[in-house]
Amino acid sequence: MIETRNISKSFGDNHVLKNISVQFEKGKTNLIIGKSGSGKTVLMKCLVGLHEVDEGSVLFDNRNFSGMSFNERKAIRKEIGMLFQGGALFDSLTVEENVMFPLTMYTDQTMEEKKERVNFCLDWVNLEKANDLYPAELSGGMIKRVAIARAISMNPSYLFCDEPNSGLDPHTAGVIDELIKRLTEEFQMTTVVNTHDMNSVIKIGDKVSFIYKGELWWEGDKSQILHTDNQELNDFVFDTELTKRLKKI
Amino acid sequence: MITRFGKYILIMMRVFRKPDKFKVFRNQLIIEINNLGIDSLGIVAIISVFMGAVVSIQTAYNIDSPLIPLTMVGFTTRQSVILEFSPTIISLILAGKVGSRIASEIGTMRVTEQIDALEIMGINPANYLIFPKISAAVLFNPVIIILSMGFGLTGGWLVSVFTGLFTTQDYIDGLRGWFDGFTIIYALIKTVVFAFLITSISGVEGYSVKGGAIDVGEASTRAVVWSSIMIILFNLILTQLLLS
Repeated sequence: MIETRNISKSFGDNHVLKNISVQFEKGKTNLIIGKSGSGKTVLMKCLVGLHEVDEGSVLFDNRNFSGMSFNERKAIRKEIGMLFQGGALFDSLTVEENVMFPLTMYTDQTMEEKKERVNFCLDWVNLEKANDLYPAELSGGMIKRVAIARAISMNPSYLFCDEPNSGLDPHTAGVIDELIKRLTEEFQMTTVVNTHDMNSVIKIGDKVSFIYKGELWWEGDKSQILHTDNQELNDFVFDTELTKRLKKI
Repeated sequence: MITRFGKYILIMMRVFRKPDKFKVFRNQLIIEINNLGIDSLGIVAIISVFMGAVVSIQTAYNIDSPLIPLTMVGFTTRQSVILEFSPTIISLILAGKVGSRIASEIGTMRVTEQIDALEIMGINPANYLIFPKISAAVLFNPVIIILSMGFGLTGGWLVSVFTGLFTTQDYIDGLRGWFDGFTIIYALIKTVVFAFLITSISGVEGYSVKGGAIDVGEASTRAVVWSSIMIILFNLILTQLLLS
């Protein structure tokens, strides 16, 4: 489980996160939703240590991550996999080398063992025969799948996904959502997904945290979100013409 | 200026740490020696040959007194190439070629979140990305500069072959006369310092990029400008310290 206790983060006079306490449960896909600029990306960066929190603490299974030094964090970071918005694959490496990268850095496995693990991860994301391709040769959906394969190569306990569906067509976005959900359930990971895609919320939102103007405004699950009377959340969820009409029906 | 220097020091403190895995560092080092060093040999060879040739023609052209022997052409070419042209001018050219490459490569990795990805994996990105580049340049640039000296002196000799302004014997006698071995050591000390300046300044500029493609371009320009300024400044300081 990942937990934040009263975390705040400011950039100059801009108070981006205000006193947020939230729990992300193991074996569930925990979604952080909110409008652009609401602070959800900053929250995720605080969770993984890319931003330091000004106040409060971040705990990974009761281990105080925010109070640790760079070297102390290393142990926890080996348990973290992250899917970035643009994939963040290393341009100069092939698909196989990208997925193998964490294994090369942190294990003493032989090349055969590493290749076996890489192929297992690529099979998991339905990417076969792409080992020798470079990121520039991949489609948007393939990049996301390779990034997922790289994120799970070390068999992580925690998976973070920043806008996993951005730039993808609805079908491919659905495939990525499905993958994230399957991974979470099968490997019992604590998964945190940052999104503003309502399809994802309805499909995989075991737990949903709505961030509004830097504050934790609402928590619930995918079934509750459609029937809430929280005005700000309703404005966010039923923002498009289609969803407004669906609500009337 | 002070902020920039402070940022440089802070990043350098992260660069000079023990590599996460020595085997990976060794592989990176070989790749960087190829990318930053061997890939630069072509342009260094061309520029060195032509500059050596120009120096010898200009020297021969300016010797109009029969009291000055034509061996001075070889002597002057050697001194110009070894003391200044190869270590300083070639380093300035490498600041443009290598510096912009390093800054844009690392800057692009920053804006596409590849550096964040390294950090999430628990890897020290500054050490992983910049340290092999500094090591490669510090180790291999002296080789480039020694080769540049050879190409430069060959360029000077080719002038005698193709123009007949002086004889090969005059040129070789000039090259061999009044030789002080310390000039080579002086040139190599400068080369190592310049190599460090180019790669560290460019690495820091790339690493500190915030924004998008335009910012990467600006960082690349800053890397070349600051590397060049520092080369010129340290050229003066080192010359004063080592030759005065």
